[in-house]
Amino acid sequence: MKSILLAAAILPLASSAFALDGQVTIHDPSTVIQCDGRYYTYGTGGGVLISDDGWTWRRGVAPARRGMAPDVIHLGDRYCLYVAANIGAQPKAAINMIWNGTLDPNSPDYKWEEGGGVASSDGVEDCNAIDPGVFLDPADGRLWLTYGSYFGYIRLVELDPTTGKRLDTNDRPLDIAINCEASDMIYHDGWYYLLATHGSCCRGSDSGYNIRVGRARNVAGPFLDHTGLEMLRGGGKLFVGSGGRVVGPGHFGLLDLGEDVQKFSCHFEADLDRGGASVLDIRPLLWKDGWPVAGDNFKEGTYEIESVRTGTALELAVEGVPVGGGRARGFRGGAGGGPGGPGAGPSGTNGPAGVSGPGGPGGGAGFGGFGARGDGAPIPPQDVAQVSTNWPAGNVAVRMGNYMVQAQQKWTVTPVANAGGYPGSPYFKISIAGAGRTLAATEDGELVALLGFTGEPEQLWRLDQLTDGTWRIMPKPGPKTKEPLALSAIGSSSATLAKFDPDSDKQRWLFKTP
Amino acid sequence: MNTLRNILMSALAALAGSAPIATAALSQGARGPAPSLTRPATAEKAPDADGFMQRWLILEPIPVSGRLADSAVQATVKREYFTNQLSVIPRDGDKVTVGGAELTWHAVDTKGYNVNLYHFAYALSRPTSDVLFWIVTIVNCPREMPGVRLAIGSNAASVWWVNGEEVIGIYGDRQTVIDDGVSRRLTLKKGPNVVRCAVINGGGATDFCARFLDGGDKPLKGFTLSVGETGK
Repeated sequence: MKSILLAAAILPLASSAFALDGQVTIHDPSTVIQCDGRYYTYGTGGGVLISDDGWTWRRGVAPARRGMAPDVIHLGDRYCLYVAANIGAQPKAAINMIWNGTLDPNSPDYKWEEGGGVASSDGVEDCNAIDPGVFLDPADGRLWLTYGSYFGYIRLVELDPTTGKRLDTNDRPLDIAINCEASDMIYHDGWYYLLATHGSCCRGSDSGYNIRVGRARNVAGPFLDHTGLEMLRGGGKLFVGSGGRVVGPGHFGLLDLGEDVQKFSCHFEADLDRGGASVLDIRPLLWKDGWPVAGDNFKEGTYEIESVRTGTALELAVEGVPVGGGRARGFRGGAGGGPGGPGAGPSGTNGPAGVSGPGGPGGGAGFGGFGARGDGAPIPPQDVAQVSTNWPAGNVAVRMGNYMVQAQQKWTVTPVANAGGYPGSPYFKISIAGAGRTLAATEDGELVALLGFTGEPEQLWRLDQLTDGTWRIMPKPGPKTKEPLALSAIGSSSATLAKFDPDSDKQRWLFKTP
Repeated sequence: MNTLRNILMSALAALAGSAPIATAALSQGARGPAPSLTRPATAEKAPDADGFMQRWLILEPIPVSGRLADSAVQATVKREYFTNQLSVIPRDGDKVTVGGAELTWHAVDTKGYNVNLYHFAYALSRPTSDVLFWIVTIVNCPREMPGVRLAIGSNAASVWWVNGEEVIGIYGDRQTVIDDGVSRRLTLKKGPNVVRCAVINGGGATDFCARFLDGGDKPLKGFTLSVGETGK
């Protein structure tokens, strides 16, 4: 089931994507971390990006240590930043930790403290101690650091989950992968996943960077890819590569927003729409058959919006017009109907065709209802300008119905500039294609289609791809939408707004090409 | 309440216990009995385990065009067939005259989650195609119940009112699906509340189901259903 949903949700998305907004140039970004409602990421050379919403980014203040490819984690009352530096000719390097009570440079509590070294390489051994990736095991609370960059192995050492410091410097680091860099570990459903970047970096659009993954039942491995090849022998299942207008993804970081919304951060070595600059990106993280899959942020287009729960589609509550015009009813289920069966059944099917019922002779309009147009000519798509002439002039209710390719069932979803966003995406306007009827939330938690669009928060929608590839649709918080509610299929023909329940399919939607 | 119960019990005592609906109370030429429907044998009835309302007053079907598009259904149900059709609280056996024909209200309990209108009409030798059914029940609430929703399914189109306010309309040639049409959040007041619906059938089988959902979309319980008197 999940595989089917994933395919349905991903494949139709063929139009342009939206990179993050604002100042997004960075190389080797850390995991994106939240502090006091803001998002932060730290890159090579002291690069820092900050965002209030996860969509629009600006430059921040460099931390006390400016090194290579940092990673960051929140442990209790401290934020620990792990920063690598060459301490001689490669591969002689060391990773140091600094920590701070807050990541907000404007806070009076903002002060970096040295936490000491956590890993190093002597320039001879088969490891280059850069590219730290810190991982707090949710299964047992132990803290781990992976590190390494080509020159041999990716290694694993244990850290103190309270202080973030190395737990025991006498413990020998474990080799867990080879010939890759920028490793990071995540845990999902009883498996440990090691994500690492293969290919070459730092060559703009000529960078072969791509992120690959292996998994293990134990934090120390062995990590195998989907073919059974060990990452210690070069294995790794492709997680995300180049595509669209971006080249060379590397430096995976998990951004778990809860309630079945997971995202990942990375940088692309070259954004072709930004002159080939190295940029931050945030995308949905999906799961399919026990493997992480890189999703796509929502792409503008015109869609059928279909409920996973009911299979019915969101539509204006107006009288639909059959595409190509009406037809006489066919033979089956003719006017007479049958005796109806003992209980009409849960689906209440019609009686046998042509059997006389008590109301009169059976039979309908014969086979005419199955017939095509006499000339067999293609029937053009429905012209919304034509069929909308009988739609009410004012606001219209929103409901759901069987999708029948009609105009009131096709929604154009477009990003709205300067309206803010959320991690990875801007807010969107959702309007009937060609008609301007705009989906909006009401103050009492219901839905309405407005005649126009004014940009008020209740007309702006957040579209998050959930881990199974379906979508959650939520209005932007505002004066009329104070509670975080999601579009919910409460009945086959009815939609509303309700608190998101990750265990239910009521608030999971598919965007299908109409 | 006890007075109400006594009145209703007295009235119902004259009925045939839980016998299938048919027999003398029905029109001449009745085929009866309707296999899924019985005459109410108690004054009040709780919804079933899944919250479905199983006690209703149904008017014998009115012949109509049977057109099921939104506008046609709205036009059909907004036409006046008998006096106070959107406000009357009928009693079992009450009669109205529609187009020169005398039609009777029948109190029924359904054995299932749905009410089979085909059974109802067939047992009465009434038409089942191109017909309009008017249906009423009284929901007796021990306290005010805010934030609930009426959730219905019908074969075919139907329009629903709660305490006189239109809350659901579902249209087209459709089958009964549980929770197909769901109202916006509404408040059931303490005491009697009137749920009324009009079901229009084009052809073939016809039935409906209805329940209330609470704020968590779970079946609403804690109320009873009655027909006839409303506790006045």
